[in-house]
Amino acid sequence: MSPGVRAASFVFGRIAFYVGACLFAAFFVLPLLWLTVAPFSTLANLSVQWPDPWSLQNFERVFQNRFAIRALTQNSVIQAAGGMLLVTLCATLAAYALSRAAIRGTEVITYGLVLFSSVVTGTAAMVPIFLMVFQLGLIDSHLAVILVFTGGLLPAAIFIMRDFVDSIPRSYEESAMVAGASSWAVFRDVALPIVRPGMMVVGVWAFVNIWGGFLIPFILLRSPDKMPASVAIYSFYTEAGTPLITLTAAYSLLYSLPVLLLYLFVNWKYGFRFFGGIKS
Amino acid sequence: MLPAGVFVAAFILLPFFWIAVVSFTNRTLTGRTALYPEFVGLANYRRLFDFERFLNSGEFGASLLLTGQFVFFSAIVGQALLGLTLAWFFYQRRGWVQSTVQTLAILAWIMPDVVVAFAWFAFLDRDGGTLNQVLALLGLGRPDWLLALPLVSIVLFNIWRGTAFSMLLFTSALGSIPPSYLETASVVGASTWQRLRDIILPMIKTHIVTALVLITLWTFNTFTPFLLTGGGPAFKTELVSIYTYRTAFQFFRFGMGGAVGMIMMLVNLGFALFYLSLLRAQRGRP
Repeated sequence: MSPGVRAASFVFGRIAFYVGACLFAAFFVLPLLWLTVAPFSTLANLSVQWPDPWSLQNFERVFQNRFAIRALTQNSVIQAAGGMLLVTLCATLAAYALSRAAIRGTEVITYGLVLFSSVVTGTAAMVPIFLMVFQLGLIDSHLAVILVFTGGLLPAAIFIMRDFVDSIPRSYEESAMVAGASSWAVFRDVALPIVRPGMMVVGVWAFVNIWGGFLIPFILLRSPDKMPASVAIYSFYTEAGTPLITLTAAYSLLYSLPVLLLYLFVNWKYGFRFFGGIKS
Repeated sequence: MLPAGVFVAAFILLPFFWIAVVSFTNRTLTGRTALYPEFVGLANYRRLFDFERFLNSGEFGASLLLTGQFVFFSAIVGQALLGLTLAWFFYQRRGWVQSTVQTLAILAWIMPDVVVAFAWFAFLDRDGGTLNQVLALLGLGRPDWLLALPLVSIVLFNIWRGTAFSMLLFTSALGSIPPSYLETASVVGASTWQRLRDIILPMIKTHIVTALVLITLWTFNTFTPFLLTGGGPAFKTELVSIYTYRTAFQFFRFGMGGAVGMIMMLVNLGFALFYLSLLRAQRGRP
């Protein structure tokens, strides 16, 4: 190739790259565009329009809906935070035990669990889950939502945690043992500080999952004062079943904020990428 | 270990066996059969697979067929192919452009279900929706997406929602290929397509299988399209998950709903075992 042709093909390649990147970006961003402007306009409809004037009045009216605000600031928080703590705690202990126990085949157990949890999904198992909770007398309680989510998320959480636990060199623990530490002290003072980033990842992941979950609370909860935000958002619909667009948009934005903030936090602290596990 | 074991047993293993039992009964929410469900054998299954109306609109067969199309187009063709395209497109082109597109895809993936469903409801609106405004600018008309093209709508929606996963997976897979392999191939004059077919695809085969199985499972079990279309219009987007919900929680026929759930789990189990056997076949080879 002559230098001229090479330069031309380089320029062409650059242009193609930016055009392609713009198309991809457009595909992902266009559906969300509306959500960035509609909450700030008192005249919002389903089209994307520059708010004229920008106003916070929609948010003011959202805050007057006590039921929806309670759902967002109490119920969703109780359920997501409760589930997050339980998942992180159990997953850490289980992953540590699976990684360190002198049992053969723990690898198989972990894999088997993950596979089985993707077989018994919330949608396929909604009937038995409902009946079990019903039999336990836990219908319409925060505890039911927390327990069901914990059960569903645990296998994958253990799977993620194992990668972190496996990365601790055994010699650390052995030296601590030699120095006379009990096995609980080894876990608390040696292992725990090292796997803290893993607990963070699992915790955030569990929180986001429960925070956004719709089906489980939808079938397990009955009374309005226990509904999380994902269900309470329908209180901005009129009796005819059409949404009050301005308020629903504002509430959607408020409801998404924690997820967006957590994403920014994780991205800033660790970079958003895959943590081993799914590596071949 | 023990507490985790209890949770897993209670909420993963138990439902699996419970559903098997329920699916053989005529249990309902209220009335006599709520307290004393009767054993009805295979009646629920026979009703589901009643061939005279199996494929009628709103019946199980139609729903299963619809789910098949939905999974094929949105998971296998859509998410996996688009994810691979994105990963390949940005391969060795890291920078702000790549991280912007990645961030946008991840946002679509992590936003709460109801919020994205509502955003898409606005996006697909016939008169003011962003999609139709863009199409009108290009002179391509203004279809009424949710009413006239409901299946296309939920397929697009699901591709948009889930591509981030396969994109991230394939990006990390491509990152594990030593660049020298591709450089050598370039030097001997291999075309882009040849490099993709002969070097990249064989090297990330395991990742492709993993991605395909996981997104197939997730797409098969997703309930989110319900929030966008409610299964309608006229059952045209009634996926199996929505069919289960309607049977069990709108008609309160738990026995029947359990039978549908049981079939879903068997399909899931099939996918999972298929995945395991593929992985084992790969490990067997040096």
